[in-house]
Amino acid sequence: MSTIVTRMGDAASVEMTPDELRRDVIEGSEAAAAKGKIPVLEEREVEYLVDMFTCPSRIWGVTRGHEGILTKDGSTNTVCSSRLSSGVCAPLNREAAVRLFETAFAFDTMEVGHTDYSVKPSKFIASLEQEHMELLQHVTILPLFYGFMPNLGLYYQPDGPFPNPSDLLPKGRIEEARAAQEEALEACCEDIVWLSQQMVDVAADGVNFDTVASTGDADFLAALKACEEVTTTTGLPVEIGMAAEMVLGFHGELEYDGVRLAGLWPHQQLKLVEKAGAAIFGPVVNTNTRKSCAWNVARAVTFVKAVTAAATIPIHPNVGLGVGGVPMFEVAPADMVSRASAALIEIGGADGL
Amino acid sequence: MGTGDPSGMGMAHALASSMGGIKTTGDLVARMQLKKMRLPEAKRYVADKLGVSILDLSDATVMRTLREELDIGVVTAVPGVAKGLEAKARIADLLDIRINCVERMKRKIGASLG
Repeated sequence: MSTIVTRMGDAASVEMTPDELRRDVIEGSEAAAAKGKIPVLEEREVEYLVDMFTCPSRIWGVTRGHEGILTKDGSTNTVCSSRLSSGVCAPLNREAAVRLFETAFAFDTMEVGHTDYSVKPSKFIASLEQEHMELLQHVTILPLFYGFMPNLGLYYQPDGPFPNPSDLLPKGRIEEARAAQEEALEACCEDIVWLSQQMVDVAADGVNFDTVASTGDADFLAALKACEEVTTTTGLPVEIGMAAEMVLGFHGELEYDGVRLAGLWPHQQLKLVEKAGAAIFGPVVNTNTRKSCAWNVARAVTFVKAVTAAATIPIHPNVGLGVGGVPMFEVAPADMVSRASAALIEIGGADGL
Repeated sequence: MGTGDPSGMGMAHALASSMGGIKTTGDLVARMQLKKMRLPEAKRYVADKLGVSILDLSDATVMRTLREELDIGVVTAVPGVAKGLEAKARIADLLDIRINCVERMKRKIGASLG
């Protein structure tokens, strides 16, 4: 076999030789190690990835007995929503879709969530969300989360009441931008705690704070503070899933438990998530569309391995479009999704996805 | 998991690496992860409670029969087998855990179940 048909990070097919694939696996791991100051993959782990990517089979999977747990973000959007969630807009309501995920798709867990999926709009329809959770708890067996994003960006003008740091920062008004973020994160934190508390009343099994830190370090701090409050006052399990691999420092000076949040990598984020009381952590490793999937999966697995090596709670890496070694394209190719999926568990040591 | 079309993303992950939900014991192991148990510990806990091996936990052939015997809900539509909240009340007993909706049901009907 001279070449293997594999894919790039944008999902386009590409032919590579086994030597080229091996080189990309090694370089992908080295790229993660350099960024995160973490160990590269061991030789046997490189071999696993090379074998996986040189195998011509369409689908790859974990060894029997090594299966992990799936937790889901975005609720039923993939079935009920439009292309903004790669959704197929099936003529089903949310309750029917959740039951399909339990039975037809055999998911381990599922979640209820508003189509917009941000905490700010969700709080206005909390009673509807509660009703769906309440009814679904009667008819389903699998653990049911309520999921939403902090999405701090919605708290800034013109969508929200606080001055927009994106307007202030280019003008050099740094202190005003920081003050706006500090005020906004408190409002966001209050909303996260309030909406989580509504789910306690209707017996949710947990809440999923998803796409955390999408608006940088202030977004991350809002989620951590809310997680601490929810877990200590209600006992409700919290899953925290990140938005990107590194926390962007839009504020730059915010700290949690004495640790500066800006610039933290997944294994460093983990320790704060654990400190905040979360039950499950979902680290993100971004996909580089200009590199091969072999390079991207090796890079993702290297980052995740550093997280799982230090974790005391279950780790469910994000593996949606453009993260966790999964290509960035509206419709995902199962050949690469299944490889990223298996590698994160077999080599990354993930407890689920 | 993450965003993606149902067959390319959800189904691909489910087939490649997932325990299989109520088709096997994915729901039970997931409940122990909510108690902050890592995967090996959660699987060991559930396997011990069910009296099966770790390999059996994700074996649909074994678990389809055992779940019906334990009356904790099955993936196919079988009349008479515990559904929804009934199944979760039995799972709470089996795993010796508290499940929020089961506790709420007890409060609502003013009874002490199990």
